[in-house]
Amino acid sequence: MRHLLATALILVAAAPLAAQSAGQSQNQDLGERLPQDGAVQTTEDEGLSGSVSFEGNLEDLGIAIPAFATDRDAPTPANAAGTAALGTEIARVVYGDLRNNGLFKPTGPDALPRPAYAEIATPNYATWGNRGADMLVQGYVRAQGSGQIAVGCYLYDTKLNTQLARQGWLVTPGEWRRAAHKCADMVYSRLSGESPFFDSRIAYIAETGPKDKRVKRLAIMDSDGANHRFITSGKSTALTPRYSPDYKKLSYLSYVDGNPRIYVYDIGTGRQTLVTQSRNPTFAPRWSPDGRYILYSMAVAGNTDIYRVPATGGESVRLTSGPGIDIGGSYSPDGKQIVFESDRSGSQQCYVMNADGSNQHRISFGGGRCATPEWSPRGDQIAFTNASTFNVSVMSPNGQNVRVLTRGWQDEAPTWAPNGRIIQFFRSSRGRGGEASLWQVDLTGRNERRLSTIAGASDPAWGPILP
Amino acid sequence: MTKSALFLSAAATLALAACAKKPPEQLPPAPQETATPEAVETGAATPGPGTQDHFETAVGAVNTIVYFDTDQYDIDSEDGSKLQAQARYFAQYPNVNFTIEGHADERGTREYNLALGERRANAAKNYLVSLGIPAARIRTVSYGKERPVALDSSEAAWAQNRRAATVVIN
Repeated sequence: MRHLLATALILVAAAPLAAQSAGQSQNQDLGERLPQDGAVQTTEDEGLSGSVSFEGNLEDLGIAIPAFATDRDAPTPANAAGTAALGTEIARVVYGDLRNNGLFKPTGPDALPRPAYAEIATPNYATWGNRGADMLVQGYVRAQGSGQIAVGCYLYDTKLNTQLARQGWLVTPGEWRRAAHKCADMVYSRLSGESPFFDSRIAYIAETGPKDKRVKRLAIMDSDGANHRFITSGKSTALTPRYSPDYKKLSYLSYVDGNPRIYVYDIGTGRQTLVTQSRNPTFAPRWSPDGRYILYSMAVAGNTDIYRVPATGGESVRLTSGPGIDIGGSYSPDGKQIVFESDRSGSQQCYVMNADGSNQHRISFGGGRCATPEWSPRGDQIAFTNASTFNVSVMSPNGQNVRVLTRGWQDEAPTWAPNGRIIQFFRSSRGRGGEASLWQVDLTGRNERRLSTIAGASDPAWGPILP
Repeated sequence: MTKSALFLSAAATLALAACAKKPPEQLPPAPQETATPEAVETGAATPGPGTQDHFETAVGAVNTIVYFDTDQYDIDSEDGSKLQAQARYFAQYPNVNFTIEGHADERGTREYNLALGERRANAAKNYLVSLGIPAARIRTVSYGKERPVALDSSEAAWAQNRRAATVVIN
């Protein structure tokens, strides 16, 4: 009954939108609808106890991550070989998360014995201490009668023989990787003191074909590159996506009607609408942290300004005016300020204004062009593209303390990890190939690495921790 | 007033008159020799007015694209003479609508370049409007740095990509 009611509500809500859209033309580049996300239910409270014995560099912290145990090897839709094999896969994902991000010194399940189910809550400390591990991450996976999967994750200090943290989750079989990411997040947070970031997704543009005839498709993937999906077919160029904070929508630029315009794609319904009903080109969509507003930039007679519109539609408010290209915009985490770029001074520079458009003032005076500013989710830094040298850099919100993080031939469009410790960006190669690829670097400028994507890739947009 | 401007005024008047009479959209009028001193080559194999080939043949392919300096969008005298050649054509064929595509080179950020391409396309459009071509006939679209014509990463290639190209809608 609830399902029927929900369907009826969607039909009612969709009717006026259908009347607005120009027939089916706005949807003709969209692929199949995505399956609905299931909820991840936390079943065990985070048990925090004891202090961490390790006092050296976290990069030297040895962590053993053996295969997760299972109470009985049961069939599960999550793995054709059953829950025992799934336990190995979960440990591999946890291991991959930590290793690929240069965190700690992890050892994975393929190099370790599997503990018995009964050992998970009472580890054999001597075994792991003798293997040189400072920390032990072990867990269990159980097929539930409900069809769900229960995953437990435990972190132990093998020097002090104490449990440092534990958590458990119930997930649908299709979302077992989320439990693994949550386990990696628990370990990372407990040991580093930082906020989690693994259980999140990235929207980006997949690029294939030669430089002058490149196909650009909207795509999404988990933070580790898994669960890759295309949203658009590639018939029209798609650019600059942004996830809504609740992951229910994607705003992005599409040429589907021949003109560059921002659309808001509803992942649940598979429908999309224009961000504003206007014949003018629109660019650079950005969500407010609470998801209530979308910023977009619109060119009127060639002059681009920044506008704000309620995410549910309605009247747009123009935030900038005057000659010059004002474009982009990134909210401070408290939603009170917006950093944006403008060439009103003669070259691209970064400016900060209040969320209502008042008190616009330039913050970048470091030399070079300042472009694509993105406010850190922690609020303490702004990442930007130095559009003269094409390095990704960070600065304080007042424009001071500029630090260059990357040195590619052309790096641009930084996006923050949910915890504000890692930045992704895209790098273009010089010359006729002109390949684009996704990269990430941590805030110290270390651990730079290329992300594995199925094709060329640009415009990464890292969403927050999944709800 | 220069001689060419006089011609253009005459052409614009003709264009307006033609619009007022609302001729069929699909059948542009035959070339009128009084409208321009540049006789349009005609022949059995030559495409008719309203096609890109006809436009390029009539005004010269080099005159269909204007180029810009880095980050700039001003119309210099060379661009101006190209756009005057275009304006003569569009005055002669008042039923031919067209698009100006604005582009940028790869050495700029993606979103700024979209806005910059739009600004360049509008600069070219405004020049044509100042020469008497009705704004309603001109569509602009920016492709930013997404559609380069020169693929090298060199100053010469970037100069070719910073452009506003006039394209006739078929």
